[in-house]
Amino acid sequence: MQSKKKVGNFRKSIAPTIKEFLFILRRVLKSPLSVAGLVLISYNIVLAVFAPFICPPTPGTSNPYLIPRDQVLGFRIEPTAPSSTHLFGVTRLQIDLLYGCVWGTRFAFQLGLEVIVTTLAIGLILGMISGYYGGFIDEVVMRFTDIILAFPGLILAMAFVAVLARSGWSTLDAAVLSIVLIGWPGYTRLIRGEVLRVRGEDYIEAARASGASDLRIMSRHILPNSIYSVIIVASLDFGSIVLTAAALSFLGLGSQPGTADWGRLIYDGVPFASMGLKYWWTMLYPGAFIVLFTLGWNLLGDALRDVLDPLSRRK
Amino acid sequence: MGLREYIIRRLLLLIPIMLGVVVLIFAIIQFVPVMVRVSLYTSGSIKDLRPDAVRDMIHQFGLDQPVWTQFATWFSQVIVGNFGFAESSQERTLNGLLARVPATFEIVIVSAPIIVLFGIWLGVHSAVQKDKPFDQMTRILSILGTSLPSFFFGVLLLAIFVGQLRWITPGRLSPAMGTELALMLKYGQFTKYTGLMLIDSLLNWRLHYFYDALVHLMLPTLVLVFIQTAVLVRVTRSSMLEALGKTYIIAARAKGLTRDEVIYKHARRNALIPVVTISGLLVGGMMTGLIITETVFLFPGVGSWAATAAQRFDVSVVAAYSMFSAIIFVLANLIVDVLYAYIDPRIRLG
Repeated sequence: MQSKKKVGNFRKSIAPTIKEFLFILRRVLKSPLSVAGLVLISYNIVLAVFAPFICPPTPGTSNPYLIPRDQVLGFRIEPTAPSSTHLFGVTRLQIDLLYGCVWGTRFAFQLGLEVIVTTLAIGLILGMISGYYGGFIDEVVMRFTDIILAFPGLILAMAFVAVLARSGWSTLDAAVLSIVLIGWPGYTRLIRGEVLRVRGEDYIEAARASGASDLRIMSRHILPNSIYSVIIVASLDFGSIVLTAAALSFLGLGSQPGTADWGRLIYDGVPFASMGLKYWWTMLYPGAFIVLFTLGWNLLGDALRDVLDPLSRRK
Repeated sequence: MGLREYIIRRLLLLIPIMLGVVVLIFAIIQFVPVMVRVSLYTSGSIKDLRPDAVRDMIHQFGLDQPVWTQFATWFSQVIVGNFGFAESSQERTLNGLLARVPATFEIVIVSAPIIVLFGIWLGVHSAVQKDKPFDQMTRILSILGTSLPSFFFGVLLLAIFVGQLRWITPGRLSPAMGTELALMLKYGQFTKYTGLMLIDSLLNWRLHYFYDALVHLMLPTLVLVFIQTAVLVRVTRSSMLEALGKTYIIAARAKGLTRDEVIYKHARRNALIPVVTISGLLVGGMMTGLIITETVFLFPGVGSWAATAAQRFDVSVVAAYSMFSAIIFVLANLIVDVLYAYIDPRIRLG
């Protein structure tokens, strides 16, 4: 009896969320462009998940993200054209491009997830503290975000990677850390704003009056009510995070040579680009994979922004 | 609050931000071993010095002192423009920076007007012709522009126009002209008035240089324009759509104004207010875009210089360059805010 009532309550409490979700889904599915975005994202997820089956890594390798080299072709610099053994051809040093592009998808998702989870965690903690307590702490945190936001993102990231690499870090670790460094102020401000909005609500007062601790109020009352929009923004940032990482890799400040990373593969293709379209596959395939990835996120992002914007949604 | 007080208040707020920028860069530099940090102070290369000579320098520059003393020494150097020695290009960092600013500035003055005019024009017309073929085409182009990474687009252009068709050589001038220019500079037949090739060539009345420089600016400009216009078009379009839906538009039409009058006098003026606010974002996008385009097309500007230095982990250059970029970016945002306050008085009065 008791448990049934609880389930009913739970249903009642979650009903608006489900309704909202279905509304968004229906609106998104209405526009062909956003469906295209969803399809592109699903295709990328499938590629990332099934990468080990599509392109099995060499047995016994410790790092599957290192692209296997064609042993028969040796160490020749000149790329070999696409053939039945290498569908996308090979690039510099006989690195297989199909493997690189497919595992590059997995690499992009892994890097994106690492960055988003870390940035969100920092943003959540700092934003909640800053918004909830206000005053001096708020001032300090906000001034820190001001300083980071005073730099164009990629430039600060570039400087940070160069410095960390100079002191012995691997450039890939440094690149991940630098993208976190330039990303956290955005989320912190967003969450702070949400917390400020929620903080004045009556149910927070009620919780405080009934003796709930700050930690409990933050985690049980403020967090669930402020995290929704932040998570959507964060997931839409996936595309731009991967793009920043690829740009760093393209500048030679990301993954090591031979890694299944789109930016790195395009970087490897640059010397051949100045020889014309003779070696077109070295840049076209990795580039096409990046474009399909970012296109998916941008298309979906556009649709979601329209749906979630309270001014334009119910028209 | 008047506009003047607003500007003064914003200028005062700049001081703590710039101080913060400098402190952050100093903090980041602390990661680097002390033997490397010496290059942030010297005016010559330390590569070939004996270790004990470097140790003397560490003592001389106070790098064995506590952190705050180090900061004071470093700050007093930075404020007078001494950023140390750039090992990657073998010159004093400040000289390297200043020597390359004109080349980058040249790309900016060519591409920025195109981006602004073209972006606003496309956005306004796309909104006016909503869902017509023109609008659909613009939207597809703008989505492509935001999804196409600038480095991939740049490499594609490089392969087609430089590699395949051989219409343009990479760099700022064709090799033959570059050599000739170096000789002419040496013998005083060509005066560097501004450092901007487009203007200098006209002032020296050597029109083939003007033409050559213009041709070499085309590809970097194309990359920047395509990617940045895409951002601007999207914002202009949505803000114009919003303005066109307002009741004062209906009122203006109802009282008998022509369609063009309503679109250009009533809707567009109001639609451009939000566009001004994102121009700060555009400046940031330009600055990062410049790094990529200059690197792809081997254009000798600050961006490619900093990227090459970063690849060689040249700390003095990346420190100087990031502080330089922060100053430009913050000032650009300040100008945008003042402009915003100027055209929309609600901002400073509120």
